[in-house]
Amino acid sequence: MSAQAEALASARAQAARQGRWRRLPLIENPRWRWGIAIGGVVYLVLALASVEVNWARVAEGAGRALNFLGAFMQPDFISRQNDIVAGLLESLTMTLTSTVLGVLLAIPVGLGAARNISPLPLYLLCRAIIAVSRTFQEIIIAILFVVMFGFGPLAGMITLAFATIGFMAKLLAEDIEDLDWRQVEAVRATGASWWQTMNHAVQPQVMPRLIGLSVYRLDINFRESAVIGIVGAGGIGATLNTSLSRYEYDTSAAILLIIIAIVLLCEYSSSHVRRWTQ
Amino acid sequence: MPVSLTPQGLPAWQRRTTRAQWLQYAAWLLGISLFLLCWKVISDNTMWVFVEDAGRQGSDLLSRMLPPRWEYANVLWKPMWDTLNIATLGTAIGIMMAFPVAFLAARNTTPHPLVRSAALMVIVSSRSINSLIWAMLLVTILGPGVLAGIIAIALRSIGFVGKLLYEAIEEIHPTPVEAISATGASRLQVMNYGVLPQIMPAFAGISVYRWDINIRESTVLGLVGAGGIGLQLNASINNLAWNQVSVIFIMIFATVLVSEWISARVRHAII
Repeated sequence: MSAQAEALASARAQAARQGRWRRLPLIENPRWRWGIAIGGVVYLVLALASVEVNWARVAEGAGRALNFLGAFMQPDFISRQNDIVAGLLESLTMTLTSTVLGVLLAIPVGLGAARNISPLPLYLLCRAIIAVSRTFQEIIIAILFVVMFGFGPLAGMITLAFATIGFMAKLLAEDIEDLDWRQVEAVRATGASWWQTMNHAVQPQVMPRLIGLSVYRLDINFRESAVIGIVGAGGIGATLNTSLSRYEYDTSAAILLIIIAIVLLCEYSSSHVRRWTQ
Repeated sequence: MPVSLTPQGLPAWQRRTTRAQWLQYAAWLLGISLFLLCWKVISDNTMWVFVEDAGRQGSDLLSRMLPPRWEYANVLWKPMWDTLNIATLGTAIGIMMAFPVAFLAARNTTPHPLVRSAALMVIVSSRSINSLIWAMLLVTILGPGVLAGIIAIALRSIGFVGKLLYEAIEEIHPTPVEAISATGASRLQVMNYGVLPQIMPAFAGISVYRWDINIRESTVLGLVGAGGIGLQLNASINNLAWNQVSVIFIMIFATVLVSEWISARVRHAII
């Protein structure tokens, strides 16, 4: 292998000296390179062949697309104002409560999922909770909770809190796993109890990141709260869904613009908070 | 350091000044009242009658889901293939569109600040709208089907890939770029030989990462009619065939695990 590579390198150098320089390929091994290329082409052909498109329906939709663009030029905030305000209020309250509850619940799970401070059975249990919460999309979890708790923002809040647990606990556990162990030892050497160790050695080290991540998760939860309304879990998503099925594109455009504005605001402030804590 | 004197005239250490302490109390009070206010809004909009029997509903649901109806898996291979196609083709189209946008949005390669802000606008609006909402819009425009799903995934991926890629472009080393431009290379040649080789590993990593996320997202696009296994999920839920739903859940779980493993392996090999 190395002899082959050396031969290739010297051939390359010779070609470069004759003015026929070529850049290094991204994937070094030619077998892999060609294999991936051919596999990609075969996949593309198979995939494109299996995609069924109803072109007549697409052509029909062109007019609607123009309607849509027109609606974005003239969004209608007024005629469904009450619905929009109610939906937004629900989304925002859902976002806040679910983030608070989710972070509070994520802290014990995160402590349990850190290998260096928790016993093995607890570690496995907490990792399992994290895996389940992270694999399923919020909307799938929302379907189940809507069946259990009925339509409305409560189901949405529980969904978002559940999703928050997985996200926060995983990152918190990783953070705890690579914290500076000397401080823990120092606090333990003073004869501190478990609580005191957590409070004075672990918590100060992970707190800045925890705050930053919570703010980031607040931002994500708002985006998700705009979606889970589709399956009946309340929030602005329900309003958006209704306006689309009523063909009121100008109202949908208004809602989308509001979502974009709020997300921008969240993102801007969350990047500020993160810079401030770190 | 805030130090006050005890009545005996000895200095006593405090963690915070009195002012900071009061400010902190006020912040906690404000935060907790805001939380309680939000909780009240939610509680007013909730039918507590339905919540009371949540436990019964939950166990009822579980008993209907188990045992899964395994024969149903045979119906699911085609929708699963569609889901994979939505994710893969969508990612491919998305990164093709994200590539030029990222170059226009990076501070060191953009032709003009105005172009930069336009490109940033594209990235932000693509990122802030969830792919399900994109799919809802596209289903009304293009009609239900795989095509709407592919385009929804592509539109959502532009923002994600574009943002990470333009940050990677802004962090490149300037010396190779200077060296190439010193040879008298044109703007495009500088991009091609100075910038591109530096961002290629990051680009491949980002694309695979996004593909992994897109697999998860494409499993639910069918809920709004955009093709894939989500269509079957929606149909099974509407028929209250919960033992089919559990088969679909298991299938999604397995697919997501596999795609996550592949993506982790590829990223590990690149970086």
